[in-house]
Amino acid sequence: MEDKYEAVIGLEVHAQLQTASKLFCGDSIAFGAKPNSHVSPITLGHPGTLPKTNKKAVEYAIKLGLACNCEIEENNYFARKNYFYPDLPKGYQISQHTTPICKGGFVKIKTTEGERNVQLNRIHMEEDAGKSIHDRDDDYTCVDLNRAGTALVEIVTEPDLHSSDEAYQYVTELRRLVRWIDICDGNMEEGSLRCDANVSVRLKGEKKLGTKVEVKNLNSIRNVKKAIDFEIQRMINIIENGGTITQQTRSFDASNDTTFSLRDKEEANDYRYFPDPDLAPFHLTKDFINKIQSSLPTLPNQLIHQYQNEFGLSDYDAAQLCDEKHTADFFQSTIQFTQHYKAVANWITGPIRQYLNEHHLSFETILLSPKTLAELIKIVDDGKVNFSVASSHLLPLLMKENKDPLQLAEELNLLQVSDSNELEEWVNEAINKMSDKVVEYKKGKKGLIGLFVGEVKKLSKGKADPKIVTALLQEKLK
Amino acid sequence: MQVTDTTIDNLAHLARLRFNEDEKGSIKKDLQNMIAFVEQLKEIDTTGVEPLLHMSDTENVLRDDVIKGSISREDALKNAPLKDEEFFKVPTVIKK
Repeated sequence: MEDKYEAVIGLEVHAQLQTASKLFCGDSIAFGAKPNSHVSPITLGHPGTLPKTNKKAVEYAIKLGLACNCEIEENNYFARKNYFYPDLPKGYQISQHTTPICKGGFVKIKTTEGERNVQLNRIHMEEDAGKSIHDRDDDYTCVDLNRAGTALVEIVTEPDLHSSDEAYQYVTELRRLVRWIDICDGNMEEGSLRCDANVSVRLKGEKKLGTKVEVKNLNSIRNVKKAIDFEIQRMINIIENGGTITQQTRSFDASNDTTFSLRDKEEANDYRYFPDPDLAPFHLTKDFINKIQSSLPTLPNQLIHQYQNEFGLSDYDAAQLCDEKHTADFFQSTIQFTQHYKAVANWITGPIRQYLNEHHLSFETILLSPKTLAELIKIVDDGKVNFSVASSHLLPLLMKENKDPLQLAEELNLLQVSDSNELEEWVNEAINKMSDKVVEYKKGKKGLIGLFVGEVKKLSKGKADPKIVTALLQEKLK
Repeated sequence: MQVTDTTIDNLAHLARLRFNEDEKGSIKKDLQNMIAFVEQLKEIDTTGVEPLLHMSDTENVLRDDVIKGSISREDALKNAPLKDEEFFKVPTVIKK
């Protein structure tokens, strides 16, 4: 039944720009401050106050636009969007209306069906509202205006997504991008990244869009997916039962993965936009935009291609390294000291990441220096220490303090033994211990060689050089 | 443009204002006059004239991203008709 229908989804993502101060005044935007402590007469909308645009916020918006392949609007002005709500102190929100700072553009996503560009409609700048708290007082709504005036960009897609999976990939990619270019921390729980989904369904082949529903309060990427899944199914059920979809604003209930109606949209809202007379228009010169362009880091998709094509890394490894920028930066720094790209990738995506996760650390604050890692890789390469010893014994120490890995291995008596006298003792011991397997081996089960090597490894506590051990064993078991 | 009762009702709703019938009548008349006055501008041919976005010639008034100018919570809440020690208070917005 679902095959008859096609979902059409457009997403609106609000990203809080991580400036120090608000969009139009100098209040701090730090999260978690005491209620109503980051407010000024401008934030409170007192008469006679004048807003002034934060230059950094403009730069950040342009940065994102360039990263999303948008056309940057050179002639900008802010407009007032008029409506009443208690957490909107002025009675209007300062936003951009006819001249969004970024137009068009796209975000590349990867789904099981391959790579695709999700078309953007626009990215515009606007100020955030305050917070209404409904559960603190039975008789009143409490308002905290710390957040009011925080700089946001709203990233609006065309109705260009067709499944919850695509929406999931899109938000994931967008989140990576804003973090990568360092304009937003991407924290959905704290609301630095918020997503609203416009969902409709229509019969496949139908050109006209179905009636849409806007779903709000999607505070994690998984909830974006769940809410869209629920909504598509709900709409199909209504249509299949002969009903019609009502245009609504709905909210996601994370306790049972459903959505519920917040309000019906009777008629189009009348926001009476007009240019804000308090704010002078601003013009961006090509020079200014070019400067920002040249300050952009290499973007994750470009890096992934580079890692695959130039360094011969697998699709998976390259994607893992580019999951977030600090990981890629660490990789990038390490390969200044070694050409063993694959090994560096393995160390980063394997034991190092595992250590960081287990200790609640990150590549942003990692103590291990890229040079130390390169040296560690070299001594493994040279056969001085084997990989499992290096990762289980040396790495945990090096993660705390950068020492010369070779010297450390010596101190801890972890150097691989290639002295045949010493090795022979372990080899003999292993053969004696597994006499039954020796018989099988001699009958032709040559695959058992690995078992013997493993036993020697165990006896030597990982110090025996497996290549020499294998040769010795083969010789002895002839 | 003809100002009707619906126009007044709509504007009153958007502005969250309420008028009695008498007031509505005089507002309708005033508004009609004002709009007629402004509509005279339509007689001028403005083909090719860029809309004026701002009264002053100054452009690109941007500020550096610096924290300053906040006031104390006590001061912020001082003029609010309804408040507690931490918050502004308003009639409940969401029905429970």
